[in-house]
Amino acid sequence: MPSFGLVHLEFLAIAAFWTIGLSAVAFIGGGMLGFVIALMRVSPSRLVRGIAITYVQVVQGTPLLILLFLIYFGLAIIGFDQLPAIIAAGIGLTIYSSGFLGEIWRGCIESVPKTQWEAAECLAMTRWQRMTRVILPQALRIATAPTVGFLVQIVKNTSLASVVGFVELAQAGKLINNSIFQPFMVFVTVAVFYFIICFPLSAWSRGLERRLNVGRR
Amino acid sequence: MSVVVKLSNVHKSFGPLKVLDGVSFEVARGEVVAVIGQSGSGKSTALRCINALETIQQGSIEVCGHAVHDEKLDKRKLRLDVGIVFQSYNLFPHLTAEQNIMLAPTCVKALGKKAARDIARDCLARVGLSEKADHYPEQLSGGQQQRVAIARSLAMQPKVMLFDEVTSALDPQLTGEVLKVMEDLARGGMTMILVTHEMAFARKVASQVVYMNKGKVWETGPGSMLDAPTTPELRDFVGSGL
Repeated sequence: MPSFGLVHLEFLAIAAFWTIGLSAVAFIGGGMLGFVIALMRVSPSRLVRGIAITYVQVVQGTPLLILLFLIYFGLAIIGFDQLPAIIAAGIGLTIYSSGFLGEIWRGCIESVPKTQWEAAECLAMTRWQRMTRVILPQALRIATAPTVGFLVQIVKNTSLASVVGFVELAQAGKLINNSIFQPFMVFVTVAVFYFIICFPLSAWSRGLERRLNVGRR
Repeated sequence: MSVVVKLSNVHKSFGPLKVLDGVSFEVARGEVVAVIGQSGSGKSTALRCINALETIQQGSIEVCGHAVHDEKLDKRKLRLDVGIVFQSYNLFPHLTAEQNIMLAPTCVKALGKKAARDIARDCLARVGLSEKADHYPEQLSGGQQQRVAIARSLAMQPKVMLFDEVTSALDPQLTGEVLKVMEDLARGGMTMILVTHEMAFARKVASQVVYMNKGKVWETGPGSMLDAPTTPELRDFVGSGL
């Protein structure tokens, strides 16, 4: 039986790129959708708020694993049975991320003091101007750390995409282990890869937080 | 003199709590009206009602031709005519003093950067803070922040300015510098309504003092009224205040 070698490392490295790619899709897609959800959550309209709350409740109340199954097989039922795994996994993770990012960002928007809204309102600014020029720039600062923190969660959760046949880091590890059966060696290496992806994100988050806060507080 | 602000029989409750119980007073152009009274007398609420930050249940409020009590009121049009300065300054912390002042003229009045900056510079000069244009709010003292807040409001060229206990969070020295700015404004002919605990300032600058108690206008008159109160409540209030 061959032992763990360079060829396996290379296979894992390629899989790591898929992990990063899927994370990027989930973060960008989930970010855009999540931003809309966050805005809907603070809407003055009860109906709009209600729709957003329901969406968040359903998404947050569904395990990502089940969500991925539902999308992969659900889309097959309505005719997309040749769907590439990355699309199904991308859609699933996008929905998942939007539910959480939407709530995180709503909290950030609401943590800007009400008096800031009031001050902007008294300067005759429209609701949109108040939001974009006064509230969001302040919410952005508050949002940085939890957002990058959640990005780390997304990276780790991409491992679940293996269930729809997507070969990312965790799945690649499983495949290698099936052929050489050195589970400890293989999965430690996989863990190291995850760490290498996640650590710079956490460090970046801390750096951003420092840069955005110092001298402004 | 033309009436700029007119409250008639204004009633306002927060749930079961009656805050304004038939408040009426008038403010003419160029007048400085000081609203005084104990905490909880409804004076701040009255001021906020003038700017439609609170809705009223009964009565009418006319401000520069706007029917503030009307449900169809265009609040933005009202706020183009009425400026307000708050006790807690409420400057935008992510913007410099100058940017704080430029924001509304650029996005509400669609002025160009250059024109807005000229206005900001002018307003900062009027409050004596020209050299602080590029400072962020937390780099300024409370008094300086409050003066920037006044300048920010001035930049929109309001017809009436409301001051809601603007010196209550400041020590005597900083209070003095803010009051001086307000006195200059008053001398420049600005119509002002101020809710204040500064009795000496009210007596000196106000053309009319409105004493509120238990949600009602209890006593009203010129600044000298504070020297010779007619109601026992105002006598007690002035006595305890000085």
